[in-house]
Amino acid sequence: MKIFISQLFDKERLITRLIASAGYSAILFVLLIFYFLISEGLPALGEVSLHSLLGTRWYPIEEYYGLLPLISGSLMVTLGATAIAMPIGIGTAVFIAEVAPRWAREILKPLVEVLGGLPSVVLGLIGFLILSPALRVNLNLATGLTAFTGSLLLAAISIPTIISVAEDALDSVPRSYRDAALALGATEWQTIWRVTLPAARSGVLTAGMLGVGRAIGETMTVMMVTGNAPVLANSLRMLFMPARTMTATIAAEMGEVARGSVHYHVLFLIGIGLFMISLVVNVTASAVVFRQRKRSERILS
Amino acid sequence: MVKISIEHFHLTYSDGAESLRDITIDIPARAISVFLGPAGGGKSSLLRALNRLNDLADVRSVSGQIRLFGDNGQTIDILDPQTDVVALRRLVSMVFARPVTLPLSIRGNLTYGLEVAGMRQNNLLGEAVERSLQQAALWEEVKDRLDEPAAALSGGQQQRLCLARSLAMQPEVILLDEPTSGLDPISTSKVEASLQEIKNNYTIVLVPHSVQQAARVADHAAFFLQGELIEAAPGPNLFINPTDKRTQDYVEGRFG
Repeated sequence: MKIFISQLFDKERLITRLIASAGYSAILFVLLIFYFLISEGLPALGEVSLHSLLGTRWYPIEEYYGLLPLISGSLMVTLGATAIAMPIGIGTAVFIAEVAPRWAREILKPLVEVLGGLPSVVLGLIGFLILSPALRVNLNLATGLTAFTGSLLLAAISIPTIISVAEDALDSVPRSYRDAALALGATEWQTIWRVTLPAARSGVLTAGMLGVGRAIGETMTVMMVTGNAPVLANSLRMLFMPARTMTATIAAEMGEVARGSVHYHVLFLIGIGLFMISLVVNVTASAVVFRQRKRSERILS
Repeated sequence: MVKISIEHFHLTYSDGAESLRDITIDIPARAISVFLGPAGGGKSSLLRALNRLNDLADVRSVSGQIRLFGDNGQTIDILDPQTDVVALRRLVSMVFARPVTLPLSIRGNLTYGLEVAGMRQNNLLGEAVERSLQQAALWEEVKDRLDEPAAALSGGQQQRLCLARSLAMQPEVILLDEPTSGLDPISTSKVEASLQEIKNNYTIVLVPHSVQQAARVADHAAFFLQGELIEAAPGPNLFINPTDKRTQDYVEGRFG
């Protein structure tokens, strides 16, 4: 009997250790990635002057390492995508959660999930073969491979994320809020606009943040359709010209760069920049969620 | 004077869970009418039929007639699909079992209904806020912090805020579905006191959360059991001299 108990105890301890090590290894891997990024990227700051890094020309072969065209390209494509995806995504979420009849909801929800699982290469291909020629003809552009094309496709990629997170948030607004607003003589639309959406505000914001995060990190699609010209975006007109994002630069050039060279280090510096941006977006998003949790705790108490 | 007349009202839910059969009853104006009975008797369903909140639920069939006699002499056929539900709900307001504060400030909660009804003048809104809070016996407690979020109030205060929110609309009928079920005795007595205060100007229909509460506040009482109206009587009669054995058993606490 005594042996049996000690065996049980050993087994218990073994499982606890396994779970603990799985948890700690996740932290370890993130730290390792971070260490690797820093150790490969930071030397660039010593090798290239800050003045050169803040230049407007990205010609690594001639040792011009200006990052501004890449940053502006990323910003332009991402902001464009956000401006397109947010209204459509939130609008669709409101429709699915509040307006659509049950049978439509039952078709739309899985459909959105499927859309979210579409590989970005496939979307890129569609953009390359169909969207960009159509844009070139209809908007009378020199080329259909523009920042705007990238924005449209990135919007298509982030919309499913926005819809499903925002829809969850709207869905979790208590039924009683709607009853209360309706019982006060609000119309259905007034209830959605003034009560349901504000009540789900934090979740809807999180949806937006996750959508933006998705758009910033996306590589394949933008590389296929934005034309990849590292030109500084200094006017709105540049939206309809080719552009180059930070992600696409890393993906396109990492394969042919000499390991340990200046160019190699600068590419990792761009990686650090991307890492920082997505860190900021994620921290902001979780801060918003945290605030929401505190609010709901206060309501429940 | 009859405020609402319910005739041969039937209601069945899609899942068959609960239904009302052949309900005929008159609800008198400017008095507190109480619907009592054990859970699942259809009291809330009947209450929610009076301002058509049942539209939101899975109702399979509704028949019969419910008429509201408005103060302006107009008669509204509540169940008629042509009836303007939004206008109806401004006349027939509702307070729910759990206090539901909208995600707005205290003042915002009170003015919400008026604003969606199109009232914009600040002085009128301000008057409505003070008047309704005083009627709901909440004014003294919150007058200095009208702009704080309503969610910061205690449960009892929130429920009185919900009552005030209904009163701000100056409806003709107020429906209350177990309004004190989540409240402590002191808050409960405050809510009951303000109901006594306002019943001179409003028609009140209350689903109480206990027989004792029903006996305390009822001007008229109706007993429901499993979807049927067993008995209705004015004043304390239902509690002192019930004619039906089942009513007697219920009010004396033998079941329920």
